[in-house]
Amino acid sequence: MSIAESVLTETRQFISGNMAVAQAARDAQVKVAAAYPGTPSTEILEYIAEFPDIYSEWSINEKVSLEVTIGASMAGSRALCAMKHVGMNVASDAFMTQTLIGAVGGLVIVVADDVGLSSSQNEQDSRYWGRFAHLPVLEPSDAQEAYDYTRAAFSISEQYEVPVIVRLTTRICHVKGVVINSPAESHETSGFVKDPARLVMVPGNAKNRIPMMMARDIELKHFSEESYLNTLEQGEDKSVGFVTSGAAYYHVKEAFPNAPVLKLGFSHPAPIEKIRDFSQSVEKLVVIEEVEPLLETELRAANVEVYGKDIVPRIGELSPPVIQPVVNKLLDKTGQYDNIIPAQDIFPRPPTMCVACPHLGIYYCLSHIKNTIIAGDIGCYTLGAGHPWNALDTCISMGASLSVAQGIDKGRSEADKNKNVLAVIGDSTFLHMGMQGLLDITYNKGNVTILLLDNRAVGMTGGQNAPSSGINLQGEETTQVDFRKLCEALGVKPERIHEVNPYEMPTLFKALRSEVKIKEPSVIITNQPCVLTERYSKLPPLKVEDDKCTGCGNCLDVGCPAITVTRRETVVKPNGKEKELAFVQIDTAACTGCDLCTKPCAPDAIVPAYNSAQGNAQIIDAVEVK
Amino acid sequence: MKTDVTNIMVCGIGGQGVMTAADILATTALDLGYDVKKTEVAGMAQRGGVVTSHVRFGEKVFSPSIAPGEADLILAFEPAEALRWSTHMRQEGMIMVNSYAQLPPVVSIGLFDYPDDPFKQLEDKGLNAHQFDAGHAAIELGDRRLVNSIMLGAIADHLPFPAETLEHHLLARFSAKGEKIVDMNRKAFSLGRNAFS
Ligand SMILES: Cc1ncc(C[n+]2csc(CCOP(=O)(O)OP(=O)(O)O)c2C)c(N)n1
Ligand code: SF4
Ligand code: SF4
Ligand code: SF4
Repeated sequence: MSIAESVLTETRQFISGNMAVAQAARDAQVKVAAAYPGTPSTEILEYIAEFPDIYSEWSINEKVSLEVTIGASMAGSRALCAMKHVGMNVASDAFMTQTLIGAVGGLVIVVADDVGLSSSQNEQDSRYWGRFAHLPVLEPSDAQEAYDYTRAAFSISEQYEVPVIVRLTTRICHVKGVVINSPAESHETSGFVKDPARLVMVPGNAKNRIPMMMARDIELKHFSEESYLNTLEQGEDKSVGFVTSGAAYYHVKEAFPNAPVLKLGFSHPAPIEKIRDFSQSVEKLVVIEEVEPLLETELRAANVEVYGKDIVPRIGELSPPVIQPVVNKLLDKTGQYDNIIPAQDIFPRPPTMCVACPHLGIYYCLSHIKNTIIAGDIGCYTLGAGHPWNALDTCISMGASLSVAQGIDKGRSEADKNKNVLAVIGDSTFLHMGMQGLLDITYNKGNVTILLLDNRAVGMTGGQNAPSSGINLQGEETTQVDFRKLCEALGVKPERIHEVNPYEMPTLFKALRSEVKIKEPSVIITNQPCVLTERYSKLPPLKVEDDKCTGCGNCLDVGCPAITVTRRETVVKPNGKEKELAFVQIDTAACTGCDLCTKPCAPDAIVPAYNSAQGNAQIIDAVEVK
Repeated sequence: MKTDVTNIMVCGIGGQGVMTAADILATTALDLGYDVKKTEVAGMAQRGGVVTSHVRFGEKVFSPSIAPGEADLILAFEPAEALRWSTHMRQEGMIMVNSYAQLPPVVSIGLFDYPDDPFKQLEDKGLNAHQFDAGHAAIELGDRRLVNSIMLGAIADHLPFPAETLEHHLLARFSAKGEKIVDMNRKAFSLGRNAFS
């Protein structure tokens, strides 16, 4: 037996916070788990899907996923719903009323905040939802606690008949640590019990539930004051004490190892009296919370004197080098992070679309059509707003492209009289929240040309399946949505719906040019798969013949990352004007032969990398990328 | 300030195996009984973004992130990335660089410049820097993805644990993929190791 096996076992593992949540769901005997993908929470459901005893699904959107788990809880079973922070905005309609019903079977909502916006359209502090909806919020600080707190959340949920929010951040979701599992428990269910006064939220019933909610607030407050989840860690140096939660706790421990710390695992309702007592044992009390000054405000309102966002930055992720100097300043002290050198200023590496991505052809076409206003949406295709295409004019929230385009069309001024209004949306986003916008356009006689980029997957979050794939979370075959029929049903005329292969740019151009001229809604549906999925098949790679390449740079407008510039030259044309030339090469090891870049290459300099006799055998070629 | 926690940072770009390399280092440290934390912030990794992974191990690890100036070792899969993250180095630490440069489109098309001789800039900062072309070596061995095994080999004799334990964990990761893949990775690891032992 190797040492590794002796150290790591089935119940003692090195796993991420997301995996820990999944395992906690398994060990808590969760029966139903549902989610819509979103960074940084996506993997929770992917891991849960591996446990055969849990019914798990990719739901159509976050509201649906929450409602599915609400139903499971009403049926008496334990249920878990996971989403990224913006998902809560979508789910909030159900959420804000569910609080009046409360949980029957344990109901846990895991919300993951993207602090610092590594991959989101905004930043939100999901702890607000606990305040807004009168629900408890648990905040794990690492993977072990992600496991323990998710387990605890189910008991609290059933004990107080309340849905519980487990608030994660990227630094919990994607950080691995040692996690020890506790024994699985058994969960008895009484089944669905008819109880209209509780389950049917009409005004008369809902009104009567409000006193219950207020009473529950008080009980939860007592729980918080006494809970083992809120722990005081003594420290020798009482010149400063900290109240903190989540990932920030470890940053505080790192930066001030000798300071007393009150760690809030059950952060809402906050144990105000416990904190008040604690404040009396230290000279200064600092609240370290990510992101908004929530606890700080509540403490001030309760007359507890604290420092918070008046000294700690409100913007960006916290870390020991962020926290230590600002607190030291308060104490007139110095520390090891005082002279931190910022990361060196080097070119950025913005995300690119994948080599041969089916969206490339679309954006090449869009960037060559004049007089457009293009409303965008959220997905890989949002990258079309950037270089080299610059072909998206708006991006807000999932599904907004269609409704925003409708508004731009209806709100256009004289100056935009001749502009063509387009909307670009992906398959998953269309099904998430875009269909309603399309119906709005047709119902209200709008004039928008819609590009529905069906790549049969949720590309942005890693190529997950969706109803457009015809494959479910478990990888089983299931019904596949028929976008043509769907658009027709939503009121688009059959002759205004075109299905095109996005690698066939001339056809695409033609469809686009003719449809923008027609003053009614039309939909152009593309039909080639995301290259990350199994559906995609590679073709033999291409290369550039140096002696034929004129350096025109046209192929660079495709935006395929396999094409790189080898050399630049400035030449003077006969008319005296200067012209920049860019000679290129293709990384044959990366190229999958989609053929898009040959279309704009007038001298036919882009040719197969290997003649067919050589086949694909030597795909690994020494290409110097610099 | 040297604490009893060892900080290793692995940096590079999406698709180079940064996460895997960090994972292997982390499992090796775990195997030897340390407390370990490893950040896994991939962001837009699969689409050519910057990837860094922090591995921290010791008696007890608090924060998962390595602060600037505190990395004992940086394993850089790309020279400009080495330079970008060199501010995280402890002055007496070591930085191992794959000299095979990879230019993003924004550089390739001329919107930004690639830094002049990043390795020399590291040396000019007085850092204990080493480089070699793991990129080409991997291509010669037959697969670009071998870069991370080569790079792990290169630092294998500069870690607070035996090179053999690291190799064991590296190969264990590939054991399910068949003897041929294991062999290629073993070769890659030795190649890196011989270059810097
Ligand atoms: C409300 C909300 N939920 C989830 C996400 C995460 N997310 C971003 S884009 C996207 C879907 C992308 O899929 P699709 O529209 O098919 O486009 P693709 O990326 O495949 O091109 C998801 C789930 C989000 N940004 N907002
Ligand atoms: S993940 Fe799929 S949709 Fe996204 S850029 Fe890559 S190929 Fe395109
Ligand atoms: S054929 Fe051209 S566009 Fe397509 S993958 Fe190869 S280099 Fe990229
Ligand atoms: S389009 Fe053709 S000629 Fe122009 S730069 Fe590309 S390969 Fe060279």
